[in-house]
Amino acid sequence: MSKLLLVAFTASEASLSRGFASRLGLPFDVLCLSGSPAPDLGAEQCFSANLPNLPPADGLAVQIAKVATGYSHVAGISSMQSKDVLARVAGLLDSGMVTDAIEVVSPTMFKRPILAGAVIATVEVLATPVVITFRPSGFPKVDGLKHSSSVDVSFDTSSQAIRVSESVRGGSRPDLSQAKIVVSGGRPLRDAQTFERVIGGLADRLGGAVGATRAAVDSGIAPNELQVGQTGKIVAPDLYIAAGISGSTQHMAGIKDSKIIVAINKDPDAPIFEAADFGLVADLYDAIPAIEEALDALP
Amino acid sequence: MHQSEFQKPMKILVPIKRVVDPYSKVRPLSDGSGIDSGGSKFEINPFDEIAIEEAVRLRERLGEVEILVVSIGKAESEEQLRKALAMGADRAILIETDSELDSASIAKELAILAAELNPDLILMGKQATDDDCNQVGQMLAARLGLPQATFASKVDPVPGGLRVTRETDDGEETLELRFPCLVTADLRLNEPRYVALPGIIKARNKPLERRTISSPPILKTRTICFEAPPARLAGKKVRDSLELVSLLRDRGAL
Repeated sequence: MSKLLLVAFTASEASLSRGFASRLGLPFDVLCLSGSPAPDLGAEQCFSANLPNLPPADGLAVQIAKVATGYSHVAGISSMQSKDVLARVAGLLDSGMVTDAIEVVSPTMFKRPILAGAVIATVEVLATPVVITFRPSGFPKVDGLKHSSSVDVSFDTSSQAIRVSESVRGGSRPDLSQAKIVVSGGRPLRDAQTFERVIGGLADRLGGAVGATRAAVDSGIAPNELQVGQTGKIVAPDLYIAAGISGSTQHMAGIKDSKIIVAINKDPDAPIFEAADFGLVADLYDAIPAIEEALDALP
Repeated sequence: MHQSEFQKPMKILVPIKRVVDPYSKVRPLSDGSGIDSGGSKFEINPFDEIAIEEAVRLRERLGEVEILVVSIGKAESEEQLRKALAMGADRAILIETDSELDSASIAKELAILAAELNPDLILMGKQATDDDCNQVGQMLAARLGLPQATFASKVDPVPGGLRVTRETDDGEETLELRFPCLVTADLRLNEPRYVALPGIIKARNKPLERRTISSPPILKTRTICFEAPPARLAGKKVRDSLELVSLLRDRGAL
């Protein structure tokens, strides 16, 4: 009997997973680890663990693996957290795993990017359960599904690791992976203050999130959680504005599902112009204030 | 200073993978059966190279530490193991196979080796830059029942274990792990040292042991087709910021 257990680390992940679940086409239950999930998930059952703090991966994986017993599929949205935990679940269950699925070919066959997005591989899973992390941008949103009955489950939160401290940055801006508009900057932003003033300023003007290149993060201009690209966040906003970004393969791998890509770069030969819907060859220090001025002038 | 904590030298196992140079141009073969890497060079997976560097730095801080590197793959992987020895690893094991293995079978083979060698710490890259799976470390830790810290950006020894700062989706966290444990390295953990010629020459005399794989691998996944991603077509260049804003408004993007 094929059935999917959808693992949602937060309630909003549970809602965002509906597209994947309907594409997979199997009956499914949701395991929501924190928060209160929406009722209309289309799941048969929703198990709520109501964890105020998620334990480190070793403890959490054991608990998830217990719930997952008997399911043919276990899946969650791609994130650093899901990769940390679900790959460990796959190890505990001695099963096969597909990371970053972007397309369902069949219930045991998935497409996923490899080599920093230069190649798309079709992977067949030969073991049960099939463990998957998927990028939600590949699966159109589905709303208003049937209501699921909800059951509380209790989780043992013990771990062999001790969490000494945790720092969550971010503030008031929308979440980078979910934002409708993302403004990103590269190394030409010089330093953290300039980055925040110029990139953060335009993002706030548009109600968007801020992203950065690996080079900007490596040189300390932007914090690590803002890194967009193959080894950072994968984004798929309606509008992606890249300022002072040349467009390395690994950065493009993280943005290519964006609806509109705007590139602002003073180098007319920057590779990003080959993938941008709108390209502006200009110094970002001139262009961004001019964009803000033009936005102010809009009726 | 922490040496007194250990009855015998601390042992670090660093599994590494030979991958196509991540900066080279690769594309799928026209029949979809594999990857055309042109004449590209092969390298140590960059995240694994960071793991080797961190092991060497731990030895520089802790004193007596034995660093073992292991690679599972084709005979050519010797090249990457030699470089790891030149970076400072003490000895190398090459588990030779021509089969294409998946993460699960690699994790199983490494678990067998770890059970034999009993390392205090397994330090490896968070993912390989060829398959981008990000699975082996976690699967190995699960098999061995070890605590794990993936995506490490800072590793400090504490008595009997490590304090690891790891990158998270919205910031970072710090975990304390007791030995034995497993850590996977992220980009910002360190910058691997440049290996100078004397190091490479000296490394020629360091031991490298060849083994065969312990049992025929049972694959849990296999890749059946490789294809090029859909191309994103270049759009238009705009004159200035004003035209850009007006086009974006016409497209309903603002």
